[in-house]
Amino acid sequence: MPLEDYTIVIGLEVHAELMTKTKLFCSCSTSFGNEANSQVCPICLGLPGTLPVLNEKAVEFAVKAGSALNCEIANFSKFDRKNYFYPDLTKAYQISQYEMPICRYGQVEFFVNGVKKVVGINRVHMEEEAGKSVHSGATITDSEFSLEDYNRCGIPLIEIVSEPDMRSPEEARIYMETLRNILRYANVSDCKMEEGSLRCDANISLMPKGATKFGTRSEIKNMNSFKAVQKALEYEALRQAELLDAGKKVVQETRTWDDSAGITMSMRSKEEAHDYRYFPEPDLVPIVLTDEYIQNLKDSLPELPVAKLNRYLNELELPPYDAELITANKDLADYFEAVLEYYKDAKVVSNWLMGEFMRLINEQGLEIDQVKVKPKDLAAMFTLQDKGVISSKIAKTVFEDMFKTGKDPDAVVKEKGLVQISDVSEIENIVQDVIKNNPAPVSQYLEGKEKVLGFLVGQVMKFSHGKANPQMANEYLKKALDKLK
Amino acid sequence: MELINKSALELHDLLDKKEITSREIVEAYIKRIEALEPKLNSFVTLTLEQALEDADKADEMIKNKTSTTFTGIPIAIKDNMCTYHVKTTCSSKMLQDFKPPYDATVIAKIKKAGMPILGKTNMDEFAMGSSTETSFFGPSKNPWDLERVPGGSSGGSAAAVAAKQAPLALGSDTGGSIRQPAALTGVVGLKPTYGLVSRYGLIAFASSLDQIGPFTRDVADSAALLNMLAGYDPKDTTSLPNKRSDYLQALGKEIRGLRVGLPREFFGEGLDKEVEKAVLKAIDALATEGAQIVEIDLPYSKKALAAYYLIATAEASSNLARLDGVRYGHRSENQKDSVTMFKHSRAEGFGPEVKRRIMLGTYALSAGFYDAYYLKALKVRTLIKNDFDAAFKKVDVIVTPTTPSVAFKFGEKVLDPLAMYLSDVYTTTANLAGIPAMSMPAGLTKEKLPIGVQIIAPALAEEIMLNTAYTLEKAIGTIGLPTLEV
Ligand SMILES: [Zn+2]
Repeated sequence: MPLEDYTIVIGLEVHAELMTKTKLFCSCSTSFGNEANSQVCPICLGLPGTLPVLNEKAVEFAVKAGSALNCEIANFSKFDRKNYFYPDLTKAYQISQYEMPICRYGQVEFFVNGVKKVVGINRVHMEEEAGKSVHSGATITDSEFSLEDYNRCGIPLIEIVSEPDMRSPEEARIYMETLRNILRYANVSDCKMEEGSLRCDANISLMPKGATKFGTRSEIKNMNSFKAVQKALEYEALRQAELLDAGKKVVQETRTWDDSAGITMSMRSKEEAHDYRYFPEPDLVPIVLTDEYIQNLKDSLPELPVAKLNRYLNELELPPYDAELITANKDLADYFEAVLEYYKDAKVVSNWLMGEFMRLINEQGLEIDQVKVKPKDLAAMFTLQDKGVISSKIAKTVFEDMFKTGKDPDAVVKEKGLVQISDVSEIENIVQDVIKNNPAPVSQYLEGKEKVLGFLVGQVMKFSHGKANPQMANEYLKKALDKLK
Repeated sequence: MELINKSALELHDLLDKKEITSREIVEAYIKRIEALEPKLNSFVTLTLEQALEDADKADEMIKNKTSTTFTGIPIAIKDNMCTYHVKTTCSSKMLQDFKPPYDATVIAKIKKAGMPILGKTNMDEFAMGSSTETSFFGPSKNPWDLERVPGGSSGGSAAAVAAKQAPLALGSDTGGSIRQPAALTGVVGLKPTYGLVSRYGLIAFASSLDQIGPFTRDVADSAALLNMLAGYDPKDTTSLPNKRSDYLQALGKEIRGLRVGLPREFFGEGLDKEVEKAVLKAIDALATEGAQIVEIDLPYSKKALAAYYLIATAEASSNLARLDGVRYGHRSENQKDSVTMFKHSRAEGFGPEVKRRIMLGTYALSAGFYDAYYLKALKVRTLIKNDFDAAFKKVDVIVTPTTPSVAFKFGEKVLDPLAMYLSDVYTTTANLAGIPAMSMPAGLTKEKLPIGVQIIAPALAEEIMLNTAYTLEKAIGTIGLPTLEV
C-alpha cells in the first residue's frame, strides 16, 4: 500500500529556552557562548543543602507564551521532580511540571499550501535546562573522558506539547516555524535552533486511511533544524509504511535522526524507557496566579502574527503572498514597520523587501538583524526615487551599495554621481547622439516600426550610464524622431 | 566558677557584666571536649582554633557594645549543616572530604551573632537512623551510660550538650531526630513549625519534613536560641513569612486553664512502664499548675510511622541522587563509563541503612507503585493533619512520651531496622503535620537513664509550647547532667 493510503499522525514536543537574564532557580546569567562553568553557583550546581528560588520573570514569560498560544492559564500550578541520572544533570533530577502545568489547552493556526490548519496544544509547562557534556572523542562511546559545562544548567525552558493533530511532515515543519514565530513575537524566546534554544521531539505513527485508531508510534529525537524535522519525519513515515506493508509491526521506541546519513536509528525500546519517578517538588511552593496578573500579561502582549497578517491584508492592503511572507518573520515585519514610520506607501516598501532586499539577504545568507541598511535610510531612498533624483534602476545600484556599506542613500548617490539626468538640454544632446549613431533603427522607426522605440530608449539609458530620467528619455526621443518624419 | 556548668543565658549575663570573657568560656569547653571526646565521639570535626579566634572577635563585639544575646557563647553544629570551607560530611564516606563553598542560613546567623563554633557533631549517616550507629565515623556514646546509644540522628549534638562539651547545639529533625536523642540524653530538644527556620544549607534528608532546631540544657536557652534561628529566608521559599515572636518573653506566664491533651494512642502497647509513669507524673504536675487535662484521640497516628517511612524515603531517594561522584564527594576508581561511575561511587560511598532507604523510596515512587505507596502516604499525611486540627480545637497543647523506651544498648536494634524505626513512633506525627514539638527531661529511670516528655503544639504556637515546658521544668525540677569521669 503506498504511503498515500496511510494517514500520518504526528505530535510534537517542543522545548524553547526563555529569554530571562537569569536562570530559573538562581541568579546566574543565561548568556550564551561563555567560558565553560563561568556561569554557575552552588544552587545550579545542585550542591547539597541548596534550595531553588523561582525566577518570577520566567513565570511571566511562560504565561505570555501560553497566552500567545491561546492556552488556558492555571491559577494554581506546581513543580515536580523528574528523576534520572546523567552527568549533565547536577541534582540528578530535573525540576519540571508534571501534574499541574502552568498552561493547558491552546491552539495554533497556520497555512499549509494556502489551506488553514489548526493544531491543538495540550500543555505548556516550565522546566530547567540540563548542562552540556563535551566528549573527548568524536562520539561518547569512543571517548576517553567527558567534561561537563554547567553554564546552561538551570536556564528556564518551556515545553510545548501539541495534540497529535499534524498529518504530514510538512505540516510538522510549518507548525514548528509558526511556533518559533509566535514565541519571537511574544518576545519570550529567541528560538535559535542552531544554538539549541529551540528543540523538538516528534511522535509519529501511521494508520490506514479512514481508520480512527492510531498505530504504534515511534519518538524521533535529535532534529536540529526545521528542514531536519520534515526530512526525519518523511523518512520515518516511509520506514513505518514499509514495515506495515511487509506485515510487520512498528515497535514503540525512541529513534534518533542522523542528519548526514538521512536515516533514523533505534535509540532505546519502550522496555528500556526511563521511569522518571515524578513526585511533587517539596522545595518549592505552588505557583498561585491571580486572574488580574494573568490578564495584565495577556494585555501586555504585542501584536501576534495572525493579527498582524489580518491588519496587513485589510488595512495596508498588501497582497496575501507578501503579507504572509513578511509576517512569517518577526524581524522582517519589525523592519517593514520601521520603514513605514518614515515612508507611508506600504506596497512600495513591501515590494522592495520582497524583491531586492530578500534577494541580497538570501544571496549573502544573512539574518534580518544583520542588515546594515537602516529603515530610515531605505525610506529616504524611496523619497529620492519619488522626487526623481534617482531612477528605479539606479535605486537598485544605490541599494546594493547601502546594503554593502550601511551608508545613507544621499551619500551613495553623491559619491557615485548617480543623480538622475533630468536636465532637458542634456537629455536632448544624448538623444541626438543616439539618433546619429543608430541610423538603421531610426529609419525603421520612421517607416512605422514603432517597437524600435524601446531599443532606442535603451540606448539613451546606456549612453547616459543609466542616469537619464527614463520618462524624459522616452519623451524627448519621441519628439526628436517625430521631427524627422 | 565552673563555666561549663552554666546555661547559655547565665553565661550571657556574666559576659554582659564583664565578669568573664568569651575566650575563657571557649577555653573551658575546649578542655572538656579534649578530655571527653575519646570516650564520647560526639564530634566528627573540631574547629577549636577557629573557635578561639571567634571568641576574641566576640569579646571585641562585647567591648564595642555591638553584641547580642549569644555573642561569645559557643555552639556545636550537626554535621549536615553547610559550613563555609569546613568539612560537612553528614557522617558519610560519600562526603567525608566535602567542604561547602557557602554557609547555611543558620550558620550565617550564628557567625553574625559572634558565636564561636566548636565543631561539627556526629550523626547517623545522612540523618538516617536513631542511634548514630550508622555513622561512617563510628557511633557517639550516651554520656549517662557509655554502653548505650545517645539516640539519633542528631546523637552527637545531644551527647555534646548532655556531656557539657557545648552549652548549645543545633540538630535537625525529620521524624524525631532532635527530640528522640534529647530524650535519651536528658536535654531539651525542639523541632519548630515547618518553615519557621530556614533549611537553606541543611543537607536534605526529606525536604518536606526536615527542620533545624536547638539542643539546650534548659527551656529558657531553647526559647532564646529559637529567637535567633527563626525567621523568613528569601533563599528558602518554604520558609514562613511569619511575624517575629519573642519566645523568651513568653516564658513564665501562668498556665491556669491551659488545656492539655492526652492522646490515648500514645499510651498503649509498647510503652515502657517507667517511661509511662514519668510522663503521667509530668502531666499531674501540669494539672497541679492549673492545667486542665483532656483525653483526646489521634486515630491516624497509628499509621504515621508507615506514612513517614514512605514519604521520607521517597524524598531521600531523590535528594541523595545528586551524590553521583561527578562533581564532588566520593568517586569510585572502578569505572568504565558514567553509568558504572554512578553505580560504584554510590555503592562504595553509602552505608547499608542509606542504601536501604534509597531503595525503599525509589520503589515507593516507581511507576505502578506510586499510587499504592507514595500517594497513599500523602493522603494519610493529610488525615494526620486533620487529626491534629480537630484535636487543637479541644486542647492547647498535647503531651506524650517522646520515645517508647529509654536509651538502648549498642547493637540492640541496629540489625533489626523495624525495631529501630519504632523508636520514632511518637515523634513522626509532628513532622508529618508540620507542627512544633519538643522533648524535655521528665525524670530518670531506676538505672539512672533519662526519660523524655514530648509537648506538641499547633503550627506557630511555639510560645505556648515553650511556656508549658518552662512551667513543667520548674514544677518537676531538672534531672541534672550525667557525672562523667574526666
Ligand atoms: Zn546558578
